[in-house]
Amino acid sequence: MVAMDLSEMEVVYQHPHALVDMYTHFCPGCTHGVAHRLVAEVLDEMALSERTIGVASVGCSVFSYNYLNIDFVQAPHGRAPAMATGVKRVLPDHIVMTYQGDGDMISIGAGEIVAAAGRGENITVIFINNANYGMTGGQMAPTTLPGMKTSSSPNGRDVEQAGYPILACELLSTQQGASYIARRSLHDPKNIRMAKKAIRLAFETQVRGLGFSMVELLSTCPTNWHMTPVKAVKWLEEKMIPYYPLGDYKVHPTISELKV
Amino acid sequence: MPLKGTIVVNENLCKACELCVVACPQHVISLNKEIITPRGYHPAHLAEEGCTGCGTCALVCPEAAITVYREKRLIQGQEA
Repeated sequence: MVAMDLSEMEVVYQHPHALVDMYTHFCPGCTHGVAHRLVAEVLDEMALSERTIGVASVGCSVFSYNYLNIDFVQAPHGRAPAMATGVKRVLPDHIVMTYQGDGDMISIGAGEIVAAAGRGENITVIFINNANYGMTGGQMAPTTLPGMKTSSSPNGRDVEQAGYPILACELLSTQQGASYIARRSLHDPKNIRMAKKAIRLAFETQVRGLGFSMVELLSTCPTNWHMTPVKAVKWLEEKMIPYYPLGDYKVHPTISELKV
Repeated sequence: MPLKGTIVVNENLCKACELCVVACPQHVISLNKEIITPRGYHPAHLAEEGCTGCGTCALVCPEAAITVYREKRLIQGQEA
């Protein structure tokens, strides 16, 4: 350790206030932690944490109600957008976000998310796509890549039998009610910065009352992919990004003019 | 000459995933093999001189365990 007088120095980065200072249940290297941190940083920057209500989903993402220092309710599996609709309509001056994984949002909750986007509900969805059901042991999810081995597809996903992965951003960007739909990745510093900007724009969309906003974040699941965290981020870059192209899928004109 | 910086790793939060070790542009972070945390990890630490306080390690850290400090930039013509 290199000793230095810290009181003389400026703080470049510290733990965000909207993130509870506690040990998380996530496996080492899981990018759920990065996503939590980015949401907390954005809430701090926009000074929204006092009037934000989160809706937790089912899966590893559920414990966001412990880790984010905002009010939270927990929804049944996949029903977070429906519950968020209710919360937002009862408390229209509050900011409502859901934090959902891929098994929750695009598998069992696909109906809810499409309907919420179609209605143009003024909520923000943070969607974590790690290509499997992480909490239950890495089973095949709708987002599992073709040929990818999981505990329920030991010979790799067979597209003749199990079909192709669902592309959530492409699907939701066709909905009239959606205002901001973007896909980002959490595999390197540059993309993490871009993900933070996208989360910021998603919340700006809601603050301006423009309608439904969603950010899909490609994430790693080192334990269920049977890789070290460093190998997992490389695998994400090489295998997942070609199938799930990064970018903005739908941006409301007001948001595209915004500088953050 | 670049500004000097340093990092402080919260050893209760660090899970030794090594993402910061790989991301550090100066290659000055490593796992501290002399310490084992109560949960059984070797936490990351600043092993060598050369940290510029860029904050890249904090950006990739999934646990928000790293606090980054950097010496104050002096405005030209002003005394320290």
